[in-house]
Amino acid sequence: MANFYTDTPQFRHHLQHPLMKRIVELKERNYADKDKYDYAPMDFEDAMDSYDKVLEVVGEICADIIEPNAEEVDHSGPTVEDGRVTYAPPTQQNLDALNKAELMGMGLSRRFGGLNFPMVPYMMSADIVSRADASFQNIWMLQDCGETIYEFAEEEQKERFLPRIVQGETMSMDLTEPDAGSDLQAVMLKASYNEEEKQWYLNGVKRFITNGDADIHLVLARSEEGTKDARGLSMFVYDKNNGGVNVRRIENKMGIKGAPTCELVFKNAKAELVGTRRMGLIKYVMSLMNGARLGIIAQSVGLCEAAVREAYSYALERRQFGKAIIEFPPVYEMLATMRAKTDAARTMLYETCRFVDLYKTLEDIGRERKLTPDERDEMKRYSRLADAFTPLGKAMSSEYANQNAYDAIQVHGGSGYMKDYKCERLYRDARITNIYEGTTQLQVVAAIRHVTTGTYLQRIKEYEAMPVTPELEQLKRVLKQMAEMYEKLVEQVTSQKEEDYLDFHARRLVESAGHLVMGHLLLQDANKDAALFRRSAEVYIHYGEVEVVKNYNFITRLGIEDMAYYKPVITEE
Amino acid sequence: MSFNIIVLAKQVPDTRNVGKDAMKADGTVNRAALPAIFNPEDLNALEQALLIKDRYPGSKITVLTMGPGRAAEILREGLFRGADDGVLLTDRAFAGADTLATSYALSMAVRKIANYDIIISGRQAIDGDTAQVGPQIAEKLGIPQITYAEAIEEVTPGHIRVKRRLEHGVEVVECTLPAVITVNSSAATCRPRNAKLLQQYKHAKTITERQVEHIDYIDIYSSRPYLNLTEWSVADVDADPQQCGLTGSPTKVKKIENVVFQAKESKQLSGSDAEIDELMRELIANHTIG
Repeated sequence: MANFYTDTPQFRHHLQHPLMKRIVELKERNYADKDKYDYAPMDFEDAMDSYDKVLEVVGEICADIIEPNAEEVDHSGPTVEDGRVTYAPPTQQNLDALNKAELMGMGLSRRFGGLNFPMVPYMMSADIVSRADASFQNIWMLQDCGETIYEFAEEEQKERFLPRIVQGETMSMDLTEPDAGSDLQAVMLKASYNEEEKQWYLNGVKRFITNGDADIHLVLARSEEGTKDARGLSMFVYDKNNGGVNVRRIENKMGIKGAPTCELVFKNAKAELVGTRRMGLIKYVMSLMNGARLGIIAQSVGLCEAAVREAYSYALERRQFGKAIIEFPPVYEMLATMRAKTDAARTMLYETCRFVDLYKTLEDIGRERKLTPDERDEMKRYSRLADAFTPLGKAMSSEYANQNAYDAIQVHGGSGYMKDYKCERLYRDARITNIYEGTTQLQVVAAIRHVTTGTYLQRIKEYEAMPVTPELEQLKRVLKQMAEMYEKLVEQVTSQKEEDYLDFHARRLVESAGHLVMGHLLLQDANKDAALFRRSAEVYIHYGEVEVVKNYNFITRLGIEDMAYYKPVITEE
Repeated sequence: MSFNIIVLAKQVPDTRNVGKDAMKADGTVNRAALPAIFNPEDLNALEQALLIKDRYPGSKITVLTMGPGRAAEILREGLFRGADDGVLLTDRAFAGADTLATSYALSMAVRKIANYDIIISGRQAIDGDTAQVGPQIAEKLGIPQITYAEAIEEVTPGHIRVKRRLEHGVEVVECTLPAVITVNSSAATCRPRNAKLLQQYKHAKTITERQVEHIDYIDIYSSRPYLNLTEWSVADVDADPQQCGLTGSPTKVKKIENVVFQAKESKQLSGSDAEIDELMRELIANHTIG
């Protein structure tokens, strides 16, 4: 029987990371649930065993149901009629299977019916689901909006909404509008409060809303009349049972066709305020987006995996000039690089998940009791690392998903250009990953301050201090040289004290940091399991070295004055 | 309205994806080289039981299996999907049973369970392909049987309606309860394991498992009685040892041959005497027979 979890030993490797002990202990509050819930773990080993077993179920459902459905989902897609969306039948079948297996509300606390899984195994599921069908991963991952309700809504609201998510009701986050895409401060959807009824009403239009006909929506709306910026925006929850929101159309997209992308019309839609007024964008959307970005990293990694596997099996089968094309150096170089990028993106995903797990769980414990000073320091440290790693991971892995999908078609040659092969769908599906939940360019904006303030460098130094076996010392030396170059570059760009110049080179700096972080993580992986990771560590670090040298040459040769050649010349008609 | 359902399940070697070492030199199945799995059609049978329980939530599903100690895995697999209870019929004296001895032992266990409305099993197991055990149990218990079931369409107290998938079409039949239903692979695929039930029941063990394995959580077997899987021996089900296992099996395997089918075409005969004569002559001529 095919299984997308057990056929990829990288998962168990990442699941067994030493930090898991601390993560699970915190997440399970020293295993206090064991006397209250018969599905709660007894201790650390028991919890780890449960994650492993549940992931096996996810891997089985993905291999047996979701992946075989993916082609049909891509062809038929959802439909809209009278303002309501119907999923493609196989999409609904996927949802039913995951519901029956009670795999919704994976991260939610048991008191709301959830599985209380840490981010690490939860995102592994997202990674596996995405390999099977990236478009379905969108719909499934939106359950993560529940996390925002959990963090910021009133207890009474949590009790009403969260169990519904566990029972399989779907979610959406309604943020963007025709004139508010990357710039969410421009959101205009109006929220007005009726004093007599003590009721909020929403009016306006949202656009590009993934799974826009969901049962439960989180909506960003302007609650403060006359305001124009972020401080006038609040977060609301809209329950489809109350009516008032219709789907005007679903977009005809290039990829992820199974996930309906909707234009929504709000007409006196009753809604409830979540948390405090005016904090909608400033606090809640930021939290929502961080969770969503992690989901897109997982989606990208799953796509990377799907692409490398498609390319590999084709190259093994396809014969030209009397042998399988996998035997030709230009082909196997592509395949090895694809595998290395996949392993690199994945190791960074789970490193980021661990940071998120540690700080979020400590933050949650902080709601129950006062944290000790040590715990507060621990939380701050991991919060900062999560903040630094999330945009970096999103930028790197979504670009790799695209590159792998591109190379998968290349390996297929002319056949890959035909609609008959899966790599064509992967190529279209991957294309959105570096656009939504913030383009790569916007991830760079979020990441660059961790270049300038040294968060990445500090972490890189920590990795450098971790011991490796003698045979890996050479790779570590390469990484050290790369870090020296990176330091010089950061110094060169920041010493100019010119914001535009920093923005101009920001992506090159951020990517260089990414190569270093991923290189080190793969080195550590290879140190623990050479058979599984040595090749990827070698291939990736060589690849990263060349990229950093390239960036070094570009930046050292391109001064502020040269930017003039790039600036647009706009002539008035 | 609720029903007591017994699902008969068997742990079998996975013969679907066999490698080079699947068969031993003597032609018998190399069980060590093949993963042990839930017999596929028994999973279809379990799904039919679960669908009844979905409709009538008070219903109780007991998975009954006969086999060595490790067959307890099948009971857990049933619990992970929504069964309520599991019984392992295990005893050295059951070993080497053919279908007659197997159906005798299982029918004795069913009598011991006593309170049942529907017995559901897969049509056949992939290791033997006999399709005899279900019907034989019905005979031994003196109750009706419906074979080749694809869907249980309706169950009411004392009555069941079943759609059968036959070679040339479907047939809808009814009978009284209790009854034995054997299910085809064309029936609904079994649902996946449930994440919560999996975590709840993963420590479920038979008494023997608890004696021979290292057990981490001793206390939970008294605080959570549902984790104790029932285990019955020959004596527990009041079976006659002479009718069990190898002793009770008239079938003797003389020789096993590895046959590889070469021909691709098939032939349909109406069954007239002339046709059968003609076929026999053909088979004797090409040395298939004789």
